[in-house]
Amino acid sequence: MSYGLILLKLYWEFFKTGLFAVGGGMATLPFLKNIGETTGWYTYGDLMNMLAVSESTPGPIGINMATYVGFTVAGVPGAVVATVGEITPCIAVILIVAAFLRSFRANPWVERVFYGLRPASTGLIGAACVSVFLEVLTGIRIAGSGFVNGVSVSGEHLLLWPQLLLAAVLLALTNAVPKVRDLHPIVFIAFAAAVGIVFRFAGA
Amino acid sequence: MTKERLHIWWDLFVTFAKMGAITFGGGMAMLPILQREVVYLRHWATEEELIDYYAIGQCTPGIIAVNTSTFIGQKRGGVVGGIVASLGMVFPSLVFISVIAGLISNFSDIAAVRNAFAGIQVCVCVLIFNATLKLLKKSVIDRRTAVIFALVLAGSVVVNLSPVWFVLSSACAGAALKALEVRCQKRSERK
Repeated sequence: MSYGLILLKLYWEFFKTGLFAVGGGMATLPFLKNIGETTGWYTYGDLMNMLAVSESTPGPIGINMATYVGFTVAGVPGAVVATVGEITPCIAVILIVAAFLRSFRANPWVERVFYGLRPASTGLIGAACVSVFLEVLTGIRIAGSGFVNGVSVSGEHLLLWPQLLLAAVLLALTNAVPKVRDLHPIVFIAFAAAVGIVFRFAGA
Repeated sequence: MTKERLHIWWDLFVTFAKMGAITFGGGMAMLPILQREVVYLRHWATEEELIDYYAIGQCTPGIIAVNTSTFIGQKRGGVVGGIVASLGMVFPSLVFISVIAGLISNFSDIAAVRNAFAGIQVCVCVLIFNATLKLLKKSVIDRRTAVIFALVLAGSVVVNLSPVWFVLSSACAGAALKALEVRCQKRSERK
Protein backbone atom coordinates (compact mmCIF):
# COMPACT_ATOMS: atom_id res chain seq x y z
CA MET A 1 0.00 0.00 0.00
CA SER A 2 1.38 3.42 -0.89
CA TYR A 3 1.94 6.00 1.85
CA GLY A 4 -0.97 8.16 0.66
CA LEU A 5 -3.33 5.18 0.70
CA ILE A 6 -2.21 4.23 4.22
CA LEU A 7 -3.03 7.76 5.44
CA LEU A 8 -6.43 7.58 3.72
CA LYS A 9 -7.19 4.20 5.32
CA LEU A 10 -6.04 5.53 8.73
CA TYR A 11 -8.43 8.46 8.42
CA TRP A 12 -11.35 6.19 7.46
CA GLU A 13 -10.70 3.62 10.22
CA PHE A 14 -10.47 6.33 12.89
CA PHE A 15 -13.51 8.14 11.49
CA LYS A 16 -15.49 4.93 12.08
CA THR A 17 -14.00 4.59 15.57
CA GLY A 18 -15.01 8.14 16.51
CA LEU A 19 -18.50 7.59 15.14
CA PHE A 20 -19.28 4.24 16.77
CA ALA A 21 -17.34 4.26 20.05
CA VAL A 22 -19.78 5.36 22.74
CA GLY A 23 -18.59 6.15 26.27
CA GLY A 24 -15.18 7.77 25.94
CA GLY A 25 -11.57 6.67 25.53
CA MET A 26 -11.75 3.06 26.70
CA ALA A 27 -14.66 2.42 24.31
CA THR A 28 -12.28 2.94 21.37
CA LEU A 29 -10.14 -0.04 22.49
CA PRO A 30 -12.22 -2.79 20.79
CA PHE A 31 -12.12 -0.76 17.56
CA LEU A 32 -8.34 -0.24 17.72
CA LYS A 33 -7.90 -3.97 18.39
CA ASN A 34 -10.01 -4.72 15.33
CA ILE A 35 -7.96 -2.31 13.17
CA GLY A 36 -4.73 -4.00 14.28
CA GLU A 37 -6.12 -7.46 13.50
CA THR A 38 -7.47 -6.63 10.05
CA THR A 39 -4.54 -4.51 8.81
CA GLY A 40 -1.62 -6.15 10.64
CA TRP A 41 -0.23 -2.68 11.43
CA TYR A 42 0.42 -3.56 15.10
CA THR A 43 -0.12 -6.44 17.54
CA TYR A 44 -2.39 -6.53 20.56
CA GLY A 45 0.72 -6.34 22.76
CA ASP A 46 1.78 -3.12 21.00
CA LEU A 47 -1.69 -1.70 21.57
CA MET A 48 -1.51 -2.42 25.30
CA ASN A 49 1.82 -0.63 25.57
CA MET A 50 0.22 2.34 23.80
CA LEU A 51 -2.70 2.25 26.23
CA ALA A 52 -0.30 2.31 29.19
CA VAL A 53 1.53 5.35 27.79
CA SER A 54 -1.79 7.05 26.97
CA GLU A 55 -2.96 6.66 30.57
CA SER A 56 0.31 8.09 31.89
CA THR A 57 0.49 11.22 29.73
CA PRO A 58 -1.72 14.33 29.87
CA GLY A 59 -4.70 14.66 27.55
CA PRO A 60 -7.85 12.62 26.81
CA ILE A 61 -6.99 8.87 26.71
CA GLY A 62 -8.91 8.23 23.48
CA ILE A 63 -7.03 11.01 21.70
CA ASN A 64 -3.67 9.87 23.07
CA MET A 65 -4.32 6.35 21.79
CA ALA A 66 -5.39 7.59 18.34
CA THR A 67 -2.25 9.72 18.12
CA TYR A 68 -0.04 6.83 19.24
CA VAL A 69 -1.55 4.32 16.80
CA GLY A 70 -1.32 6.87 13.97
CA PHE A 71 2.32 7.62 14.81
CA THR A 72 3.15 3.89 14.93
CA VAL A 73 1.60 3.30 11.51
CA ALA A 74 2.78 6.38 9.59
CA GLY A 75 4.87 8.77 11.71
CA VAL A 76 3.84 12.33 12.61
CA PRO A 77 1.50 12.73 9.57
CA GLY A 78 -0.17 9.48 10.64
CA ALA A 79 -0.63 10.81 14.17
CA VAL A 80 -2.33 13.95 12.84
CA VAL A 81 -4.51 12.06 10.35
CA ALA A 82 -5.68 9.45 12.90
CA THR A 83 -6.51 12.08 15.51
CA VAL A 84 -8.34 14.36 13.08
CA GLY A 85 -10.19 11.31 11.71
CA GLU A 86 -11.35 10.35 15.19
CA ILE A 87 -12.58 13.85 16.13
CA THR A 88 -14.30 14.64 12.80
CA PRO A 89 -17.50 12.68 13.64
CA CYS A 90 -17.45 13.95 17.27
CA ILE A 91 -17.42 17.56 16.08
CA ALA A 92 -20.06 16.96 13.40
CA VAL A 93 -22.42 15.12 15.76
CA ILE A 94 -22.12 17.75 18.51
CA LEU A 95 -22.61 20.67 16.10
CA ILE A 96 -25.82 19.02 14.87
CA VAL A 97 -26.99 18.21 18.41
CA ALA A 98 -26.21 21.76 19.57
CA ALA A 99 -28.46 23.16 16.85
CA PHE A 100 -31.37 21.04 18.10
CA LEU A 101 -30.41 20.89 21.77
CA ARG A 102 -33.92 21.16 23.20
CA SER A 103 -35.61 18.72 20.87
CA PHE A 104 -32.65 16.32 21.14
CA ARG A 105 -33.07 15.93 24.88
CA ALA A 106 -36.85 15.67 24.65
CA ASN A 107 -36.88 13.09 21.83
CA PRO A 108 -37.84 9.66 23.29
CA TRP A 109 -36.00 7.78 20.50
CA VAL A 110 -32.64 9.19 21.62
CA GLU A 111 -33.03 7.66 25.08
CA ARG A 112 -34.31 4.39 23.56
CA VAL A 113 -31.32 4.02 21.25
CA PHE A 114 -28.85 4.72 24.05
CA TYR A 115 -30.63 2.21 26.28
CA GLY A 116 -29.27 -0.49 23.94
CA LEU A 117 -26.00 1.25 23.04
CA ARG A 118 -24.59 1.55 26.56
CA PRO A 119 -24.61 -2.15 27.53
CA ALA A 120 -23.29 -3.03 24.03
CA SER A 121 -20.36 -0.66 24.43
CA THR A 122 -19.63 -2.21 27.84
CA GLY A 123 -19.89 -5.70 26.33
CA LEU A 124 -17.32 -4.79 23.66
CA ILE A 125 -14.90 -3.50 26.28
CA GLY A 126 -15.58 -6.63 28.36
CA ALA A 127 -14.65 -8.81 25.37
CA ALA A 128 -11.45 -6.79 24.87
CA CYS A 129 -10.79 -7.34 28.57
CA VAL A 130 -11.11 -11.13 28.12
CA SER A 131 -8.60 -11.19 25.25
CA VAL A 132 -6.22 -8.92 27.20
CA PHE A 133 -6.32 -11.25 30.21
CA LEU A 134 -5.66 -14.31 28.06
CA GLU A 135 -2.87 -12.55 26.16
CA VAL A 136 -0.97 -11.26 29.18
CA LEU A 137 -1.72 -13.80 31.92
CA THR A 138 -1.96 -17.09 29.99
CA GLY A 139 -0.69 -18.88 26.90
CA ILE A 140 -4.20 -19.09 25.43
CA ARG A 141 -4.91 -16.99 22.31
CA ILE A 142 -8.17 -16.13 20.58
CA ALA A 143 -7.78 -15.07 16.97
CA GLY A 144 -9.78 -15.29 13.79
CA SER A 145 -9.06 -15.53 10.11
CA GLY A 146 -12.56 -16.56 9.02
CA PHE A 147 -15.94 -15.61 10.47
CA VAL A 148 -15.54 -17.56 13.70
CA ASN A 149 -12.57 -17.09 16.04
CA GLY A 150 -10.39 -20.04 17.01
CA VAL A 151 -8.64 -20.81 20.28
CA SER A 152 -5.00 -21.88 20.40
CA VAL A 153 -2.53 -22.57 23.18
CA SER A 154 0.96 -21.22 22.54
CA GLY A 155 4.13 -21.43 24.59
CA GLU A 156 5.05 -24.01 27.20
CA HIS A 157 3.12 -22.35 30.05
CA LEU A 158 -0.65 -22.33 30.15
CA LEU A 159 -0.72 -19.98 33.13
CA LEU A 160 1.92 -17.31 33.78
CA TRP A 161 2.09 -17.35 37.59
CA PRO A 162 4.22 -14.22 38.26
CA GLN A 163 1.89 -12.18 36.03
CA LEU A 164 -1.23 -13.64 37.68
CA LEU A 165 0.15 -12.85 41.12
CA LEU A 166 0.92 -9.23 40.16
CA ALA A 167 -2.58 -8.90 38.65
CA ALA A 168 -4.15 -10.15 41.89
CA VAL A 169 -2.11 -7.68 43.96
CA LEU A 170 -3.02 -4.77 41.64
CA LEU A 171 -6.68 -5.78 41.59
CA ALA A 172 -6.75 -5.70 45.40
CA LEU A 173 -4.86 -2.38 45.56
CA THR A 174 -7.10 -0.63 43.02
CA ASN A 175 -10.38 -1.87 44.50
CA ALA A 176 -10.13 -2.87 48.14
CA VAL A 177 -7.53 -0.68 49.84
CA PRO A 178 -8.97 2.69 50.93
CA LYS A 179 -6.97 5.79 49.92
CA VAL A 180 -4.65 3.67 47.72
CA ARG A 181 -7.48 2.86 45.28
CA ASP A 182 -8.08 6.57 44.62
CA LEU A 183 -4.49 7.15 43.46
CA HIS A 184 -3.88 8.07 39.83
CA PRO A 185 -3.38 5.08 37.45
CA ILE A 186 0.15 6.31 36.72
CA VAL A 187 1.16 5.19 40.26
CA PHE A 188 0.06 1.60 39.59
CA ILE A 189 1.64 1.62 36.13
CA ALA A 190 4.97 2.75 37.66
CA PHE A 191 4.68 0.05 40.34
CA ALA A 192 4.00 -2.65 37.72
CA ALA A 193 6.95 -1.42 35.63
CA ALA A 194 9.26 -1.70 38.66
CA VAL A 195 8.01 -5.24 39.41
CA GLY A 196 8.49 -6.15 35.73
CA ILE A 197 12.11 -4.97 35.80
CA VAL A 198 13.02 -6.59 39.14
CA PHE A 199 11.48 -9.97 38.31
CA ARG A 200 12.40 -9.87 34.57
CA PHE A 201 8.84 -10.35 33.29
CA ALA A 202 9.85 -10.39 29.63
CA GLY A 203 12.66 -12.83 30.37
CA ALA A 204 15.09 -10.28 28.92
CA MET B 1 -15.24 42.54 13.07
CA THR B 2 -13.11 39.83 11.47
CA LYS B 3 -10.23 40.78 13.70
CA GLU B 4 -12.46 40.41 16.73
CA ARG B 5 -13.58 36.97 15.54
CA LEU B 6 -10.02 35.82 14.92
CA HIS B 7 -9.23 36.90 18.44
CA ILE B 8 -12.11 34.82 19.85
CA TRP B 9 -11.01 31.75 17.89
CA TRP B 10 -7.37 32.11 18.91
CA ASP B 11 -8.46 32.54 22.53
CA LEU B 12 -10.54 29.34 22.31
CA PHE B 13 -7.65 27.37 20.81
CA VAL B 14 -5.17 28.50 23.46
CA THR B 15 -7.56 27.96 26.39
CA PHE B 16 -8.49 24.44 25.34
CA ALA B 17 -4.90 23.54 24.48
CA LYS B 18 -3.93 24.60 28.00
CA MET B 19 -6.64 22.37 29.49
CA GLY B 20 -5.61 19.43 27.29
CA ALA B 21 -2.02 19.80 28.46
CA ILE B 22 -2.76 19.75 32.19
CA THR B 23 -5.50 17.07 32.31
CA PHE B 24 -4.34 13.67 33.51
CA GLY B 25 -6.74 10.75 33.32
CA GLY B 26 -9.17 11.63 30.55
CA GLY B 27 -12.67 13.07 30.31
CA MET B 28 -13.89 12.61 33.89
CA ALA B 29 -10.83 14.26 35.42
CA MET B 30 -11.44 17.27 33.18
CA LEU B 31 -14.72 18.46 34.70
CA PRO B 32 -13.24 20.47 37.63
CA ILE B 33 -10.70 22.11 35.29
CA LEU B 34 -13.46 23.00 32.80
CA GLN B 35 -15.57 24.47 35.60
CA ARG B 36 -12.72 26.70 36.71
CA GLU B 37 -11.62 27.92 33.27
CA VAL B 38 -14.90 28.10 31.38
CA VAL B 39 -17.47 28.92 34.07
CA TYR B 40 -15.67 30.92 36.78
CA LEU B 41 -12.76 32.62 35.00
CA ARG B 42 -14.13 33.28 31.50
CA HIS B 43 -17.94 33.04 31.84
CA TRP B 44 -18.27 31.26 28.49
CA ALA B 45 -21.00 29.00 29.89
CA THR B 46 -23.02 28.65 33.08
CA GLU B 47 -22.61 25.79 35.54
CA GLU B 48 -25.92 24.25 34.35
CA GLU B 49 -24.94 24.48 30.68
CA LEU B 50 -21.63 22.77 31.38
CA ILE B 51 -23.37 19.88 33.19
CA ASP B 52 -25.79 19.56 30.23
CA TYR B 53 -22.93 19.53 27.72
CA TYR B 54 -21.12 16.94 29.78
CA ALA B 55 -24.14 14.68 30.04
CA ILE B 56 -24.76 14.83 26.28
CA GLY B 57 -21.02 14.48 25.57
CA GLN B 58 -21.03 11.22 27.50
CA CYS B 59 -23.93 9.62 25.69
CA THR B 60 -23.12 10.77 22.15
CA PRO B 61 -20.45 8.86 20.22
CA GLY B 62 -16.83 9.91 20.42
CA ILE B 63 -14.35 11.24 22.97
CA ILE B 64 -16.09 12.97 25.89
CA ALA B 65 -13.46 15.73 26.22
CA VAL B 66 -13.72 16.57 22.51
CA ASN B 67 -17.53 16.55 22.56
CA THR B 68 -17.61 18.99 25.48
CA SER B 69 -15.00 21.24 23.84
CA THR B 70 -17.03 21.39 20.63
CA PHE B 71 -20.14 22.39 22.61
CA ILE B 72 -18.46 25.23 24.47
CA GLY B 73 -16.52 26.38 21.40
CA GLN B 74 -19.61 26.60 19.19
CA LYS B 75 -21.49 28.53 21.85
CA ARG B 76 -18.69 31.08 22.07
CA GLY B 77 -17.57 31.25 18.43
CA GLY B 78 -20.02 29.42 16.15
CA VAL B 79 -19.17 26.38 14.01
CA VAL B 80 -15.57 27.50 13.52
CA GLY B 81 -15.32 28.06 17.27
CA GLY B 82 -16.42 24.46 17.91
CA ILE B 83 -13.80 23.11 15.51
CA VAL B 84 -11.04 25.37 16.85
CA ALA B 85 -11.76 24.46 20.50
CA SER B 86 -11.59 20.72 19.68
CA LEU B 87 -8.36 21.13 17.75
CA GLY B 88 -6.94 23.01 20.74
CA MET B 89 -7.96 20.17 23.06
CA VAL B 90 -6.11 17.51 21.01
CA PHE B 91 -3.05 19.62 20.11
CA PRO B 92 -1.00 18.86 23.28
CA SER B 93 -1.68 15.11 22.89
CA LEU B 94 -0.31 15.20 19.35
CA VAL B 95 2.90 16.84 20.51
CA PHE B 96 3.47 14.82 23.71
CA ILE B 97 2.61 11.41 22.26
CA SER B 98 4.64 11.91 19.06
CA VAL B 99 7.72 12.80 21.13
CA ILE B 100 7.22 9.94 23.62
CA ALA B 101 6.39 7.38 20.91
CA GLY B 102 9.56 8.34 19.05
CA LEU B 103 11.64 7.98 22.22
CA ILE B 104 10.14 4.61 23.21
CA SER B 105 10.66 3.05 19.79
CA ASN B 106 14.35 4.02 20.10
CA PHE B 107 14.71 2.40 23.52
CA SER B 108 12.57 -0.69 22.95
CA ASP B 109 15.62 -2.96 22.46
CA ILE B 110 16.88 -2.36 26.00
CA ALA B 111 16.15 -5.33 28.31
CA ALA B 112 14.93 -3.16 31.20
CA VAL B 113 12.42 -1.38 28.94
CA ARG B 114 11.02 -4.69 27.66
CA ASN B 115 10.73 -6.08 31.21
CA ALA B 116 9.07 -2.86 32.38
CA PHE B 117 6.45 -3.03 29.63
CA ALA B 118 5.76 -6.71 30.39
CA GLY B 119 4.94 -5.59 33.94
CA ILE B 120 2.95 -2.58 32.73
CA GLN B 121 0.79 -4.83 30.52
CA VAL B 122 -0.40 -6.66 33.64
CA CYS B 123 -1.41 -3.30 35.13
CA VAL B 124 -3.26 -2.38 31.91
CA CYS B 125 -5.24 -5.63 32.25
CA VAL B 126 -6.39 -4.58 35.70
CA LEU B 127 -7.16 -1.01 34.57
CA ILE B 128 -9.35 -2.26 31.69
CA PHE B 129 -11.08 -4.68 34.06
CA ASN B 130 -11.83 -1.86 36.53
CA ALA B 131 -13.12 0.39 33.72
CA THR B 132 -15.45 -2.40 32.59
CA LEU B 133 -16.79 -2.84 36.13
CA LYS B 134 -17.46 0.89 36.46
CA LEU B 135 -19.28 1.04 33.10
CA LEU B 136 -21.21 -2.11 33.96
CA LYS B 137 -22.87 -0.40 36.93
CA LYS B 138 -24.01 2.49 34.73
CA SER B 139 -25.11 0.61 31.62
CA VAL B 140 -26.60 -2.68 32.86
CA ILE B 141 -29.66 -1.43 34.71
CA ASP B 142 -32.18 -4.24 34.21
CA ARG B 143 -32.59 -7.76 32.79
CA ARG B 144 -32.78 -6.65 29.14
CA THR B 145 -29.62 -4.55 29.25
CA ALA B 146 -27.92 -7.51 30.99
CA VAL B 147 -28.90 -9.75 28.05
CA ILE B 148 -27.58 -7.22 25.50
CA PHE B 149 -24.31 -6.96 27.46
CA ALA B 150 -23.88 -10.75 27.67
CA LEU B 151 -24.74 -11.33 23.98
CA VAL B 152 -22.32 -8.64 22.74
CA LEU B 153 -19.54 -9.86 25.06
CA ALA B 154 -19.91 -13.51 24.01
CA GLY B 155 -20.48 -12.64 20.35
CA SER B 156 -17.46 -10.38 20.18
CA VAL B 157 -15.19 -13.09 21.67
CA VAL B 158 -16.51 -15.92 19.45
CA VAL B 159 -17.28 -14.17 16.16
CA ASN B 160 -14.67 -12.31 14.13
CA LEU B 161 -16.68 -9.18 13.21
CA SER B 162 -16.14 -5.42 13.32
CA PRO B 163 -17.47 -3.81 16.56
CA VAL B 164 -19.52 -1.49 14.31
CA TRP B 165 -22.07 -4.28 13.69
CA PHE B 166 -22.53 -5.00 17.38
CA VAL B 167 -23.08 -1.29 18.07
CA LEU B 168 -25.62 -0.87 15.25
CA SER B 169 -27.64 -3.99 16.11
CA SER B 170 -27.73 -3.10 19.82
CA ALA B 171 -28.95 0.41 19.06
CA CYS B 172 -31.83 -1.09 17.05
CA ALA B 173 -32.53 -3.69 19.76
CA GLY B 174 -32.59 -1.03 22.50
CA ALA B 175 -34.92 1.23 20.52
CA ALA B 176 -37.26 -1.66 19.66
CA LEU B 177 -37.41 -3.01 23.23
CA LYS B 178 -38.11 0.41 24.74
CA ALA B 179 -40.73 1.26 22.11
CA LEU B 180 -42.43 -2.08 22.73
CA GLU B 181 -42.47 -1.39 26.47
CA VAL B 182 -44.13 2.00 25.95
CA ARG B 183 -46.73 0.40 23.67
CA CYS B 184 -47.53 -2.35 26.18
CA GLN B 185 -47.89 0.22 28.93
CA LYS B 186 -50.35 2.25 26.87
CA ARG B 187 -52.38 -0.86 26.06
CA SER B 188 -52.64 -1.92 29.70
CA GLU B 189 -53.68 1.61 30.65
CA ARG B 190 -56.53 1.47 28.16
CA LYS B 191 -57.81 -1.75 29.75
